[in-house]
Amino acid sequence: MGAVLLLLVVSAVTFAIFFLVPRLGGQTADQLATQYVGKDANPASVAAIKQNLGLDQPVYVQYWEFIKGLVVGADYKFGPDATHCSAPCFGYSFKSHIEVWPQLQQRIPVSFSLAVGAAVIWLITGVTTGVISALRKGKPIDRFAMFIALAGVSLPIFFTGQILLALFVYEIPIWESIDYVPFTDNPAEWAWHLMLPWISLAFLFSALYARLTRAGMLETMSEDYIRTARAKGLKETTVVAKHGLRSALTPIVTIFGMDFGTLVGTAVLTETVFSLQGIGAYSVQAIKDNDLPIVMGVTLVAAFFIVFCNLIVDLVYAAIDPRVRYS
Amino acid sequence: MKTRRVTAGVASVLALSLGAAACGGGDDNDGGGNGKKDAALNSIVNASDKKGGTVTYEHSDVPDSLDPGNTYYGWVQNFSRLYGRTLTTFKPAAGKAGLEVVPDLAEGLGKSSPDAKTWTYKLRAGVKFQDGTPVTSKDVKYAIERSNFAPEALSNGPTYFKSYLEGGDKYKGPYKDKSAEGIKSIETPDDRTIVFKLKQPFADFDYLATFSQTAPVPQAKDTGAKYVQAIQSTGPYQFQSYEEGRGATLVRNKQWDAKTDPIRKALPDKITIKFKVNPVTVDNNLLSDKITADAAGTGVQPQTQPKVLRGKYANQTDSSYAGATQYIALNVNVKPFDNADCRKAVQWGLDKQSVLDAMGGSPKGDVATTLLPPSVNGYTKFDTYATDGHKGDVAKAKEALKACGKPNGFNTILTARSDRPAEVAAATAIQASLKKIGINIEIKQFPSGKYFSNFAGVPSYVHDNKLGMLSMAWGADWPTGYGFLDQIVNGAAIKPSGGNNLMELDDPKINKALTDAIANTDDAARTKAWGEIDKMVLDNASVVPLVYRKNLLLRPTSAQNVTVTQAYLGMYDYLLMSSSK
Amino acid sequence: MSKLDKAALGEPDTTAPSVPDDVFLSVRDLRIHFDTDDGLVKSVDGVSFDVRKGKTLGIVGESGSGKSVTSLGVMGLHRSARAKVSGEVWLDGQELIAADPDDVRRLRGRKMAMIFQDPLSAMHPYYSVGHQIVEAYRVHHDVSKKVARQRAIEMLDRVGIPEPGKRVDGYPHEFSGGMRQRAMIAMSLVNNPELLIADEPTTALDVTVQAQILDLIRDLQKEFGSAVIMITHDLGVVAEMADDLLVMYGGRCVERGPAEDVFSEPRHPYTWGLLGSMPRLDREETDRLIPIKGAPPSLINLPSGCAFHPRCPYADIPKDNVTRTVRPELTEVGGSHWAACHMTQEQRERIWTEEIAPKL
Repeated sequence: MGAVLLLLVVSAVTFAIFFLVPRLGGQTADQLATQYVGKDANPASVAAIKQNLGLDQPVYVQYWEFIKGLVVGADYKFGPDATHCSAPCFGYSFKSHIEVWPQLQQRIPVSFSLAVGAAVIWLITGVTTGVISALRKGKPIDRFAMFIALAGVSLPIFFTGQILLALFVYEIPIWESIDYVPFTDNPAEWAWHLMLPWISLAFLFSALYARLTRAGMLETMSEDYIRTARAKGLKETTVVAKHGLRSALTPIVTIFGMDFGTLVGTAVLTETVFSLQGIGAYSVQAIKDNDLPIVMGVTLVAAFFIVFCNLIVDLVYAAIDPRVRYS
Repeated sequence: MKTRRVTAGVASVLALSLGAAACGGGDDNDGGGNGKKDAALNSIVNASDKKGGTVTYEHSDVPDSLDPGNTYYGWVQNFSRLYGRTLTTFKPAAGKAGLEVVPDLAEGLGKSSPDAKTWTYKLRAGVKFQDGTPVTSKDVKYAIERSNFAPEALSNGPTYFKSYLEGGDKYKGPYKDKSAEGIKSIETPDDRTIVFKLKQPFADFDYLATFSQTAPVPQAKDTGAKYVQAIQSTGPYQFQSYEEGRGATLVRNKQWDAKTDPIRKALPDKITIKFKVNPVTVDNNLLSDKITADAAGTGVQPQTQPKVLRGKYANQTDSSYAGATQYIALNVNVKPFDNADCRKAVQWGLDKQSVLDAMGGSPKGDVATTLLPPSVNGYTKFDTYATDGHKGDVAKAKEALKACGKPNGFNTILTARSDRPAEVAAATAIQASLKKIGINIEIKQFPSGKYFSNFAGVPSYVHDNKLGMLSMAWGADWPTGYGFLDQIVNGAAIKPSGGNNLMELDDPKINKALTDAIANTDDAARTKAWGEIDKMVLDNASVVPLVYRKNLLLRPTSAQNVTVTQAYLGMYDYLLMSSSK
Repeated sequence: MSKLDKAALGEPDTTAPSVPDDVFLSVRDLRIHFDTDDGLVKSVDGVSFDVRKGKTLGIVGESGSGKSVTSLGVMGLHRSARAKVSGEVWLDGQELIAADPDDVRRLRGRKMAMIFQDPLSAMHPYYSVGHQIVEAYRVHHDVSKKVARQRAIEMLDRVGIPEPGKRVDGYPHEFSGGMRQRAMIAMSLVNNPELLIADEPTTALDVTVQAQILDLIRDLQKEFGSAVIMITHDLGVVAEMADDLLVMYGGRCVERGPAEDVFSEPRHPYTWGLLGSMPRLDREETDRLIPIKGAPPSLINLPSGCAFHPRCPYADIPKDNVTRTVRPELTEVGGSHWAACHMTQEQRERIWTEEIAPKL
């Protein structure tokens, strides 16, 4: 229930920003509509578009229509016959007059695949590096790992991405091209073709997670219960993996949930560098085009993922830490 | 992968020999190999008759639409000919021949009434849609109706038909007016004849007929804005897949009959296009021969330029005219440019070479002395204000200033579009150059999205803010003097907002010359007239041509039958293009 | 009441002493130093003692005196890169300092076990109490989880946890402080260890529960016949339990001997201070004598001479400023009773009988 309310607030805020901010700058419905007509913006076309997109209505009516479309669907007429857009109807693109939801459906898997693969890589490499670093604190391997991590955190994705592209697609063409092949078509191709984007994205996050894990491990390994575990005669590997890591991972899980949920809708740079058609890149185009329904759609989908991932985090958290289970 | 390489290698060798054979016999054009620098400007590079292969396009942006009835983009006009046959089109040929209009869906060019107000076309027999339905003149009529008269759904395209057709301002379009007859000024006396009745003489109608809007659309299959997802092809290729905003794959259309189509060779088996590819990636893919062409056809990115201007890639580049001129409009209603001598002071005083250098030098274009660019029918070479090396003549400029009554110069404002770095650079160079003769310029920048609707294109705003000099660039919708000039120098093109006649030039002589010329059905005389009008504009001195813009195109080694078409803004001809891959 | 073996408590650097047969744990000249960024921390600097089966040694001192570090050293829990451990720890005839770490690990939890203070932090918050006991049992016993669980329930029952079959699945945070300490004890004793080290086992508990826990440890010791080391800062805790007493200050032993002797005739001013701060039901807090003034010494820069001299009210009694220059060695002051002080036996006897004892 809270989640639904949150999404409603997000949608209302997005809507308000779209209409109010340009209006503060003197944007009228006509000027708005002019942007959705092509190069030849004659007054007749502008008026026709304005009316057909409902831009002549008060903003709250437009918002109400949008929400209504989401819940019960809506009818539109961008051709000889009216067509029904069934719920959840995110409306039609102001620019291309194409239904938004099917477009989102095609692009969500791209962004999701990008995030999933990168997440797997960064969790494995980041956590492993962090643990090793923590256990070898101050040793050369720790210093080296933390140096790489610092580089990873500092280097922007469009830099690492371009370098990887230049190296492995053009200099030594290990990859013919970077593409999205649907997982359902061919899982191996799916993974292979997304490998470079995953690596560049994972590099950034691994670095972050290595540092987080290291800090968490250092803290945990000095806990009394770790001493207890050792006093019981447990093997050091058991002490680290079972007693240390589990506690050290708890905050990681929370941050991971946030990061992953956010990443699905916002991997704009990665999508742009690697020319992947995810919702991040889609939203950038939509913002450029002032295409409200797409902006709304992407915002809601992105918000949904964030809310959803946080829900999952809460569940996982309860599974990990019995202290929060009953509260 | 290895085998693929080998195959590709063999194929290119084969193509090479074929190309050499095709161009053999004392042809001094370099048709074989990968050509020389600028080889595709006047010849067909890597000419081949070999069928098969896949042509791959990439584009860093998205089209306004691939629907022939809902697009204004030049490259889509070029590209859509692969799946949409228009009444007429530009000849797929190298050099100047590419500007020639030839019949496509029609048997011959339009038959005009003596007053150039009625145009009749006869369709070829045997042309079919991809589903086997024969194409009729009604399908052409419907295509024009939906593309020009239904802005509530298809608003991207130009509306010349609506403007020139009789009763065009009354007809409500096929989505609202469900009557069987449609617009009355397009007649379809039989299935193969179509007659256009115009409200004024219009001798360039064959050019209008090249617009993708004349590609037939079957009414039964029209779904308005959604038609782009299920376009009915009449050309040699049809859509195998279309993904909105992401790309498309075209395969052979079995219903296309080469016998009905003398201009298309249709060599590749498959054509793919991908949108929203990172611009740097597009360039890298061209350099590493992973794709056949950049669909945008506007040339490589600035960061790629140094890589291709010299060294091994230089021979793969073509510096083509983009069909556009960058110029400064001197507003004749803003002091002191109401005085022709003050305008002439700018004409004489400006160092155009420094402006070109600021914009990026020769890869970006040539110094312009006329408003019409060289790639437009009617271009006549002249230089009313010739100075040594285009560097300006301070003495003559001072003379003009004296005549204008401002011997010490004056202050004025120059506008530029803030998001166009080359334009801003040009403005800065102009500022520096004119300072030498005492003209002090203040530069004001505006966002390009609102440049015409809110600022430079609004006379009242221009007057109130005393914007004497306005940066402008213009390319024609069709490559004739009229297509280029009418919208920018005709007094009728002055609008309260969104106008393109930034000089507010309203010279009765020029207006009349335009009206007379477009009514003249004698092609040679008409073409000659455009150059004369251009001269009249320069004599008026309100337009300061700066640069004929150029594209620095790059042709990958696997690209075959590559030639620049001047009809489509100096990009490669996509009807000809094939690939050794 | 048995006495500490005299021979074993001789000079700190005694080489190759013979360990008497009834001594279960013998620590010789144990030194544990930590290399830190601030300098070398000498947490334990030459401590020796013996513990016999069935007997209890109390190690007393303020925090930072090195008593906990000593016990962790015995357990072999200081094998980190920064800790330098030297000396000898003989457990049941086996030397542990030089032994293979994995061999020591196998002894931990089985032959020697530890009860930690504050079981809330000493038990893993994410695992059930039963799970943690099962884990401790199964490291050393190759049995099924089911058998181990049965053993865990049995142990919980033994330490007096009601409804052990139910509580076995509870988590540490669901237990009360006393119950948690009982569970901790159950976990430590699950493998019938022969040496039990209890580090401040009752510090966090209220008085009633304290007594219960101490009783429990005593009962279990009797039952299993284990040797016990009781570490505390509170002499009251060991008063009833310890057979022998070791008082530590600044990482070294300042006094040791049979508990009875140390209580009745303490021969070190620091021990006097500890006795003075011992809570007694029969007196007012304000009447306390000889409170130990000042703070425990820095283990990086121990005061020269006698480490206790800055806080010692009698530091000026010995002549020639000797308390500030020469470190006093342990000398025998009675049967098996040793103390490290520059004052003469007589001076100390006098001060104790005339100044200290009457006020206690």
